[in-house]
Amino acid sequence: MNGITHSTALWYASRATGVVSLLLLTGVVLLGVLVNRQGRLPGLPRFVVTGLHRNLSLLGVVFVAIHVITAVLDPYVSIQIAAVVVPFASSYKSLWLGLGAISLDLVLALILTSLARARISRRFWRSLHWLSYAAWVSALGHSLFISTDLQSGVLLYMTIACILAVLAAVIWRVAHAGREIPREERAAATLAMMSPRGAPRAPGSPRDGARRRAPENVR
Amino acid sequence: MNKELRVDPTVCSGHGLCAELLPELITLDEWGYPIVARGAVPGSLDRHVRRAVTDCPALALKLLPVS
Amino acid sequence: MTYGTTVPYPAPSPGPRGSHPAGTAPARTGPGAPGDLPRLLPEHGAVPVDLRTHLSRHAAPPYFGQPGKLIPVLEAAGLTGRGGAAFPVYRKLEAVAEARTQPVVIGNGAEGEPASDKDKSLLWISPHLVLDGLQLAAEAVGSQAVALYVHRNTRLQERLRAAVAERAAAGVDVAAVEIIDAPPRFLAGEESALASRISGGPAMPRFKPPRVFERGVVGRPTLVHNVETLAHIALIARYGPAWFRAAGTPGEPGSMLCTLHQADGRRDVVETGLGTPLRDLLRLDGTQAVLSGGYHGAWVPAADAARMTLSNEDLQAAGAFVGAGVLVALPADCCGIAETARVARYLALESAGQCGPCFNGLPRIAAALDEVAGPRPDPRAVTDMIRWAGLVEGRGACHHPDGTTRFVRSALHVFREEIRNHSAGRCVDPAREPFLPLPADTALDAADWN
Repeated sequence: MNGITHSTALWYASRATGVVSLLLLTGVVLLGVLVNRQGRLPGLPRFVVTGLHRNLSLLGVVFVAIHVITAVLDPYVSIQIAAVVVPFASSYKSLWLGLGAISLDLVLALILTSLARARISRRFWRSLHWLSYAAWVSALGHSLFISTDLQSGVLLYMTIACILAVLAAVIWRVAHAGREIPREERAAATLAMMSPRGAPRAPGSPRDGARRRAPENVR
Repeated sequence: MNKELRVDPTVCSGHGLCAELLPELITLDEWGYPIVARGAVPGSLDRHVRRAVTDCPALALKLLPVS
Repeated sequence: MTYGTTVPYPAPSPGPRGSHPAGTAPARTGPGAPGDLPRLLPEHGAVPVDLRTHLSRHAAPPYFGQPGKLIPVLEAAGLTGRGGAAFPVYRKLEAVAEARTQPVVIGNGAEGEPASDKDKSLLWISPHLVLDGLQLAAEAVGSQAVALYVHRNTRLQERLRAAVAERAAAGVDVAAVEIIDAPPRFLAGEESALASRISGGPAMPRFKPPRVFERGVVGRPTLVHNVETLAHIALIARYGPAWFRAAGTPGEPGSMLCTLHQADGRRDVVETGLGTPLRDLLRLDGTQAVLSGGYHGAWVPAADAARMTLSNEDLQAAGAFVGAGVLVALPADCCGIAETARVARYLALESAGQCGPCFNGLPRIAAALDEVAGPRPDPRAVTDMIRWAGLVEGRGACHHPDGTTRFVRSALHVFREEIRNHSAGRCVDPAREPFLPLPADTALDAADWN
């Protein structure tokens, strides 16, 4: 009886911390887009957005660690330690567990490079940070299919909400990138905003004026 | 610390965090870009300066030897 | 895209004292008597000097046989950079020669300043002096990676490639020289923009530190010299510091090339000694003001200019400087504010668009100047302009904002009478043809910076 209770506790702990990890990772991705878009959480200073982004990611690592350890320790399913970080190395549900391993690897890479941000090249850090989307997608695939937990009830609604939120954030980000004025055109764009007395536009005004919305401030 | 705080204007995109974290040395101009006080950083602000440098989303702040 | 007005490589005009003498004389070998001009340009006409003529006049470049030997010679000569910054040449060479990694040497012929023709003229007429200087500088810093960075002009680049090939065949050069294309941008000749371009990126300035002499082209220590500076090096190495100092003044020795814009529209490149009175170079009657130092320079009232010499000692006291030798005599019937406004708009559009203060501030300043150039301008325009000038100075990665505000501030001072007239609805001649030269169109594409 004792063994089964112990095993069940580990199993529940793993599933619960898994759900929390997914929520935290979703939050981190949303906050990451908010940082990039120079947005704010209403009423709060800007440094809260970056601070929360960092702190939630570190908290997420803690929950993922517990999630992984409890899963490995749990005797009900056999997950080799190697399978934690090596994708598709386990015999138990190798595909979905593999996605989890991929997600964990990516998250570790993101955390480590971000901690060493000041010491590595800005371009390298930035390129690697794009993998955060891949980390989230892998985590989502892992969570959704490794068990039936997220496939019904409240947890299903929660999962759909997470997916919609990330989708909306990505669309918001991509839309801005499409509207962003490239460096070479910024001075001309500012000048176009300022033309006094309806004076003739600068020679060679932006060719695709239709693509631009007049910005109040040129970024 | 005998270092000076400077901003690399080619990567700064005007997030404005630095002015919140270090109002003693940084204010924002009317376009949202930081105006950084020149000269060596006072020792009392050490911790805050390092935080501003680490937290800048564009990594635009730099601590350089006083020119 | 065409790069604006075509530049004829005109004959240096024989008039003003201090430039080369007119009339016929036998072609001479060697430098001539000390102090004799011209040195960089040939005596008669704008006939390009070929390799044979060059070698018969000056002989082969006097290689020293080991790095570093040229540096004390340049120190004694007191040569300063002729690209505008007037930095002591020997110090740049010293800094790069000390480098631990293999340095790169670049001759900077990217003359982005629309009012300046002297580099193009020098490269067209006396390329071998420039190429000699490049070789000697490369030897002095121990470099084998040498290039000439030249603005986009097919004829000129072909001619330079032919000159390089001829020298290689004749065994005159010790290092191979690459000709590298510079985009036709005002900032393309800025040191860090040059390094960025030659490293394979766009010709956009970078944040300093590190300066290019520490980390420049592909991260290597880079020596960058204006092509006129290199030509002077080629002659100093042959004829010595004392010969060089026979022209100019003790504080500002040597000769330099100037681009003169006379009030009647004539535009010439002349060589003259530093310290030459400005009234010997420009005809000042019918002139209201003189622009010295190009579009990053400053205006000086004509009455003051009449008492000044071509020297930083005189010009800096008036807020101007010698720079790359651009001198413009603004006719009395021009509106100085309207001219300044046109140029300020050009300068704003030449911003690389990297630095927030620059691409926000310069266009606003240009728009305010446009306002002041019109009748009954909004009185806030001048105060706004001055506030913005204060906001942009020193806050870019390069000196584009600083140079622009220097130019604009000097206009606000020198043309203050005209501004008062505009407030009353009067202008000296609102319909007058534009005077200051500008290229035909502007950049708006990433490709325009590459």
